[in-house]
Amino acid sequence: MRRTTLDNGLTVLIQEEHTAPLASVWCWYRVGSKDERPGLTGVSHWCEHMNFKGTENIPRDQVKGIIEEYGGSWNGYTWIDQTTYLETATRDALDRMLFIESERMARCLYHPDDVESERTVIISELQGGENDPDQLLDQELTATAFKAHTYRHPTIGWLSDLKTMTRDDLYGYYRRYYVPNNATLVIVGDVDTDAALARVERHFGAITTGTAPARARTPEPEQTGERRLVICKEGTTAYLKVGYHAPSATDADFYPLLILDAVLTGAKGLNLWSSFRVPPPQRSARLYRALVERGLASAVYGSLLPTEDPFLYTISATATERTPLAAVEAALVEELDRASHDGITEAELKKAKAQLRARMVFDTDSVTNIAHQLGYFETIGSVDLFVDAPARIAAVSADAVAGAARRVFAQSNRTIGWFDPLPAA
Amino acid sequence: MSSSGRMSDAVVQSAPARRGLEPSRTVLDNGVVLLAKRTSTTPAVAMNLAVRAGSAFDPPGRAGLTWLLSRVIDRGTAAQSAADIAEELDSRGITLTIAVTRHLFSLVCTCLADDFEPVLALVADILAAPSLPDAEIATRKGEVVTAIRQDGDNPAVRANEALMALLYPDEHPYGRRTKGSIELVESLAREELLRQHAERFAPSELTAVVVGDVEPERTRDLVARVFGGWRKPPPPPLALPLPVRASARRRLVLPMMNKSQADIAYGFVAARRRDPDYYACWLMNNVFGQYSIGGRLGDSIRERQGMAYYASSALDANVVDGPLAIRAGVSPANVDRAVASIDREVAAIVADGITQKELDDSRRFLVGSIPRALETNAAIANFLQIAEFFDLGLDYDARLPALLGSVTLDEANAAARRILDVDRATVVIAGPYQD
Repeated sequence: MRRTTLDNGLTVLIQEEHTAPLASVWCWYRVGSKDERPGLTGVSHWCEHMNFKGTENIPRDQVKGIIEEYGGSWNGYTWIDQTTYLETATRDALDRMLFIESERMARCLYHPDDVESERTVIISELQGGENDPDQLLDQELTATAFKAHTYRHPTIGWLSDLKTMTRDDLYGYYRRYYVPNNATLVIVGDVDTDAALARVERHFGAITTGTAPARARTPEPEQTGERRLVICKEGTTAYLKVGYHAPSATDADFYPLLILDAVLTGAKGLNLWSSFRVPPPQRSARLYRALVERGLASAVYGSLLPTEDPFLYTISATATERTPLAAVEAALVEELDRASHDGITEAELKKAKAQLRARMVFDTDSVTNIAHQLGYFETIGSVDLFVDAPARIAAVSADAVAGAARRVFAQSNRTIGWFDPLPAA
Repeated sequence: MSSSGRMSDAVVQSAPARRGLEPSRTVLDNGVVLLAKRTSTTPAVAMNLAVRAGSAFDPPGRAGLTWLLSRVIDRGTAAQSAADIAEELDSRGITLTIAVTRHLFSLVCTCLADDFEPVLALVADILAAPSLPDAEIATRKGEVVTAIRQDGDNPAVRANEALMALLYPDEHPYGRRTKGSIELVESLAREELLRQHAERFAPSELTAVVVGDVEPERTRDLVARVFGGWRKPPPPPLALPLPVRASARRRLVLPMMNKSQADIAYGFVAARRRDPDYYACWLMNNVFGQYSIGGRLGDSIRERQGMAYYASSALDANVVDGPLAIRAGVSPANVDRAVASIDREVAAIVADGITQKELDDSRRFLVGSIPRALETNAAIANFLQIAEFFDLGLDYDARLPALLGSVTLDEANAAARRILDVDRATVVIAGPYQD
């Protein structure tokens, strides 16, 4: 993998993979929902939508088909730390993919009619999410766990802001953050590095450096007591979610906690883009045995994602019919307390490492997934975090896991959320 | 093209030539079919073992039996306990996914190449000799009942299930809920699960596909070793009733007033996978509800009218006529407008057809996407499994561009006229909406 920085500040990562005649291009921006101020929640995600609507050199009516003519797919996503766009297509589409991304960086239009049309599309996306009780609970839990840091609001934004945001709000935000010195371009696939780099220079070299946006944020103060919330809404199923403030990707406790999550709920790997495709290996995991095997829950899932600032480690459980949420919570907390007091065994450590080793192989099975990983880690810290991950995982000791468990699983550090369904009216 | 160029300057280059998959195919003397393909992208192996024992084989009145069997089958064998199996899989970082479609019961996993031999042996043991312990059945029933309750609170699932029940009435296997009903699941006994397994799981019904960093010869030896001794007579074939196309428009509203968004499912009985016009149907549907962001439907409902986050159509051609289903998620205030927009798009494609450019664009996309669709071991394994099930041939991936290439505009438009009809559409709306 070669890392280069263009004169305008654009970081470029290129990795050759000659296993298929494909190339994947991702352009990452260091802007996400944590950069949003009150009144503009959801603006990062809405900008992402607007950046598929045509540019100065890609007429609106020619967006459709621009990558499909190469058999390619394109997409994008926004989360708390980042916004990213991708194309994966046959290798002969490399020039087209770079053209699209250079246009997206500098020449999007934000036509007022498109802004209004997309407003209702995004509100529809928000309402679709609200249909899912688990997603609703996740949103409420995050908002309760954070009182100062901007991780507290949902990436899609609050409905009131989505109704009032203007075209100028969106365009101003776009111009501020979409500058080469705030971006990382990643190319992985059946390409020649030198030739690819020359193409990158041709497409992006003339884009002017911008003022590097400051990312001032209020750090989340230490939580001083357990927080709780209960959503009472019509539904058929009860859900429990427990969240703990967790270390960032660069914190020494991150990988020990990743091991601990594997012991508790099975290893997920480190790929936000692909790890949801296949459930974790968890039949022998502690929380699966304590909740699912005992019939208290039909599913349990842990989530620790690499983030730039300290975010949350969450554990979610779906209560089985007629099982009170209090019983699920008690069994779950008992297991976490046990981990906090006694740590994990050497056998568990060995198994968790084996799981993570396998998952990291499985999660880099395509040029798209490899490119995602390089760009994701570069955007939240450094690509070295990804390159070094296997060694960092291998170096984790059972003592380090026990220490992380003690620090993270304190009662005062947790937020507990219930979705307690009301019978249909 | 340069960054300052215009789109119209684009010169479309031809996609790089690719070699066909060229898997090796072996049939053991007991009838087990093996498809093996060597790749070396990662030091891993994908396995896809499918038995022709899907939910369509549920006995009359027992919909849900196969689904429960799929939840229990890997919870113990004659030789190993559920805990042994869990430990064996977890210690290698493997998730065994057990999927049930109308026709197939599949065990799918990816393992490191070093683990291939013991994992294949374990999966074979699970498939051929499950013990189905009572305690495991009881626990898994609780999970299935919870999942059915969750489905009942999900407008998208409810709309889709109701659409299928209307398109395939009278207990047709395509119209039944795969998970069944809570009452049925709670009534299922271990003996029924054992009987279903004994009657439907036989070597003649199994296709094992193995793709990854392992030599096909070694795969053949291992498959012969783990399955060669499995002896059972072939079960009788399934007699599927032929679906009947709707004779009039139907509309069903399922009010779910606790929800924020409504789901629309709008469909037709459409096509068989082996229909002569299947490729015309596929291309027509791609233009209609797939290409780019949802084809014509996405253009109208999402891009031009801003009514929905998603609007698309899916063609599920099957052994007998499967459905073409249009789906959209819209705000309750927009339900009537969205249904009217779908009606307009259906009427337009039937009356005026698609254009040659639309056909060519979709064709170029589908042909060009083949290398991407066959990049990973798991994707190749799934592709080969489907090709084997529908008897499409070992060179199907190589022939696919020509099959798509031979479809004419007249054929694609004839497919639209054959399947789509506003006056015979079945429309289901689930969500915060009432007539």
